[in-house]
Amino acid sequence: MIHHYFPHTADDIQRMLGRCGMKELDELYADVPADLRLKGDYDLPAGRSEKEIRDFFNDLGSRNRQLTCFAGAGFYHHYTPSVIPYILSRSEFLTAYTPYQPEISQGTLQYIFEYQSMMSRLTGMEVSNASMYDGATATAEAMMMAVSASRKRDRVLIASTVNPSVRRVVATYARYHGVRLDEIAEADGVSQRDDLEAKLAEGDVAGVIVAAPNYYGILEDYAGWADACHRAKALFIVNCIPADLALMKTPGEWGADIACGDAQSLGMPLHYGGPYLGFLCASKSLIRKMPGRMVGATTDADGHRTFVLTLQAREQHIRRDKATSNICSNQGLMALHTVVYLSLLGSDGLREAAMQGLNGAHYLASRLEATGMMRMSFPGKPFINEFAMDTDFEVDDLERLCIENEILCGVKIAPKRILIAVTEMQTREDMDRLVETVKKLKS
Amino acid sequence: MNKEYYGKLIYELSRAGRRGASLPDNGTPDATASIPAGLLRTEAPRLPEVDEPTVVRHYTNMSANNFGVDTGFYPLGSCTMKYNPKINEEIAAHHAFADLHPMQPASTVQGALEAYWTLQNALAEIGGMSEFTLNPFAGAHGELTGLMVIRAYHQARGDHRRTKVIVPDSAHGTNPASAAVAGLKVVEVKSLPDGTVDIEALRPLLDDTVAAMMMTNPNTAGIFEHGVKEICDMVHAAGGLMYYDGANLNPMLGMARPGDMGFDVMHINLHKTFSTPHGGGGPGSGPVGVRKGLEQFLPDPRVRREADGSFTVTRDNGDALGSISATLGNYGVQLRALAYIMSLGRDGLKMAGPLATLNANYIKESLRDLYLLPLDRVCKHEFVFDGLRDKSTGVTTLDVAKRLLDFGFHAPTIYFPLLFHESLMIEPTETESPETLDAFIDTMRAIAREAAENPEVVKSAPHTTPISRPDDTAAALNPVVTYDDLIAAQA
Repeated sequence: MIHHYFPHTADDIQRMLGRCGMKELDELYADVPADLRLKGDYDLPAGRSEKEIRDFFNDLGSRNRQLTCFAGAGFYHHYTPSVIPYILSRSEFLTAYTPYQPEISQGTLQYIFEYQSMMSRLTGMEVSNASMYDGATATAEAMMMAVSASRKRDRVLIASTVNPSVRRVVATYARYHGVRLDEIAEADGVSQRDDLEAKLAEGDVAGVIVAAPNYYGILEDYAGWADACHRAKALFIVNCIPADLALMKTPGEWGADIACGDAQSLGMPLHYGGPYLGFLCASKSLIRKMPGRMVGATTDADGHRTFVLTLQAREQHIRRDKATSNICSNQGLMALHTVVYLSLLGSDGLREAAMQGLNGAHYLASRLEATGMMRMSFPGKPFINEFAMDTDFEVDDLERLCIENEILCGVKIAPKRILIAVTEMQTREDMDRLVETVKKLKS
Repeated sequence: MNKEYYGKLIYELSRAGRRGASLPDNGTPDATASIPAGLLRTEAPRLPEVDEPTVVRHYTNMSANNFGVDTGFYPLGSCTMKYNPKINEEIAAHHAFADLHPMQPASTVQGALEAYWTLQNALAEIGGMSEFTLNPFAGAHGELTGLMVIRAYHQARGDHRRTKVIVPDSAHGTNPASAAVAGLKVVEVKSLPDGTVDIEALRPLLDDTVAAMMMTNPNTAGIFEHGVKEICDMVHAAGGLMYYDGANLNPMLGMARPGDMGFDVMHINLHKTFSTPHGGGGPGSGPVGVRKGLEQFLPDPRVRREADGSFTVTRDNGDALGSISATLGNYGVQLRALAYIMSLGRDGLKMAGPLATLNANYIKESLRDLYLLPLDRVCKHEFVFDGLRDKSTGVTTLDVAKRLLDFGFHAPTIYFPLLFHESLMIEPTETESPETLDAFIDTMRAIAREAAENPEVVKSAPHTTPISRPDDTAAALNPVVTYDDLIAAQA
């Protein structure tokens, strides 16, 4: 019997082959040389019923552990309001492709326009593209954008306090794209202004990438950094965490030319690594250097305000090897997630969520310090919802004990150093349970 | 689809003091004072203030101005807009996968890793490759990753002269763009009048600076590159590697494997061939496969199965390539693709390619008397018309595309490939019924008649969509890309 995703009956197939002057499906592949044809079947299981598929994934799912999550390191467990999956499952959004035909794609085009508007305001920048794959690739694109905007320079500085998983991806892109990537040194968990100035003085830097907050959760003070970069004709690029932007100084306020990062913190399910959304916002003067899709407002023949893909002369389907990037799509559905999330929470809700993380993290940090077995790695440094601690014990031992107690205690960044994050998802009781587990290590 | 234009922006529904979500309170003391004032934002982000029912109605009305595969026929060439099975959505949303943190220890995500590993192996079997990484986020990202693998291979052999990538003139724009991002120079090779690569034009390009040649097979005109084996042999003899752009893999399902054709590295678009939803432009997924001997050049992180049957995540490829993603990729998309492959199984997959090819040839044969068929041969999953056969009416491919919208069809891909002036590229996929194809054929025939008898109605189309043709030129001349721009423009 034919699979239920295929409408064709045996009679249909015969009739349609007849229109093509053929008798068998095989004739459609007469131009494929016989020695290139697949002999026999794929070495794969036979098709399964829907029930069997559901059982299979239920079984796999039962071999994953559901843990109270204090892990962050760039990815945070925030609450996803039920409206979001409901709207995202509307098949007019879900099963559409890139809005090539604006007359029947105003839904997609409008939400991308809203996305660009919200991300610009949130980051304090003038423009946003329609989104990128994730935070690491968006940062790599920002690096390439800086090099391209400078025309002659090929050197970019990245702070060593930027998340190493982002730095690894940026370094890969740099190596292949012919960008010389250098680090800005850190001391006591923050980037060193002296080192920045010394490297800028060499006169060959196209861009400078820093993180706010940084990998250790620290809010670094970038006052004067943008000016220093601009004096040296380099672009200032801030990788940031959007959920924190309700509270903290924005890339725009720091004087950044480009803001980038991952929008996962805006309530996107963790989903073991994706899909998330990379964002890239910039000053308007850089708009024609931006990678990726962008939506603009215009009018139709009847004078309606409408929305279209615009500035496409930057893109690969027009410019081919001269394009600003090779990116072809955006992260469409996750951009829709972002606008629905930000619409539901609003400025106050976003601030409230960030406050829960801020307050919870400070409570937890002080309780953990009070055990006498852990200390802040960088005491006195301001943080929002994530912090690094040094431990008397092996982090692996805590991790093991915590998993037995259904807790993911954080992310190990050295044998005796751990990053711990708090969001609105963990209760005070959860935090106390983590503290009690640490105390158990004493015995 | 609703024919009434909705057109509002969420900002225009905002009223100070409204809110659309509730959050828990963990009851911990206020710690705001710990942050120096100079590190805090001074102006609120001015997000919309809207209640929950208004948010739901706004986005529901917005969706009603959108057209998806579930709305109707979407014959967008090279995009493989097949049906997106609903069970896949259910599985991707399953909390046992959706709540996993990407840095969670491998011991706590054994089921998730088994799914990754199972899909990786299924793709290797279907592609005729040795090993896949599922990390790349999209097709273009896969191309870039594949080219990095190729450069890493050459560099590991100490061969630093190979900086050239050969790309056919029929290739998708992402091929040359990906090569440029990977730091390689693009050399274009011409196509023959039959749409396939000109082997004689290729020959003089092959020297010891060739890193790779990228091919899409069947190519963007829907033609199987019958000389593929010879091309692979020639490029290999010159020391280059062959890259298979999997954008058009769908018609090969069950019929032929890129690895058997001689390709060394390939990517697959899970959102095309393996039915995951296109989501208005993403998230996609572009796994990359390599033949035996190239596995060590795949990017980190990687999933391995240990001797005891357990799964681990490794980050140990050192300087071979590094990472192209922080995580194991768009995991939620990967789960959907695995569910699809399990549903079809070896028998269903074997039918997918031929039925996609049958549907395309059926449309081609039913319209070739009215539309110009520049390449008159059996096509695979898609084919290209060079506009209407009767060029005297002044009706262009753009007009035909817009008129189709009036009849409830999405338009084909237009003005691509660049081989023809009036390209109209049609890809029906295997999940469309003969009745749908017949309705499309009847409409295309009716449009051809209109073009002859009443061309104005076609040239001014669409007439029944929520909006009429927008002014693209004005949008690009004076970019209005945010709500703040819009307010400024109105002031």
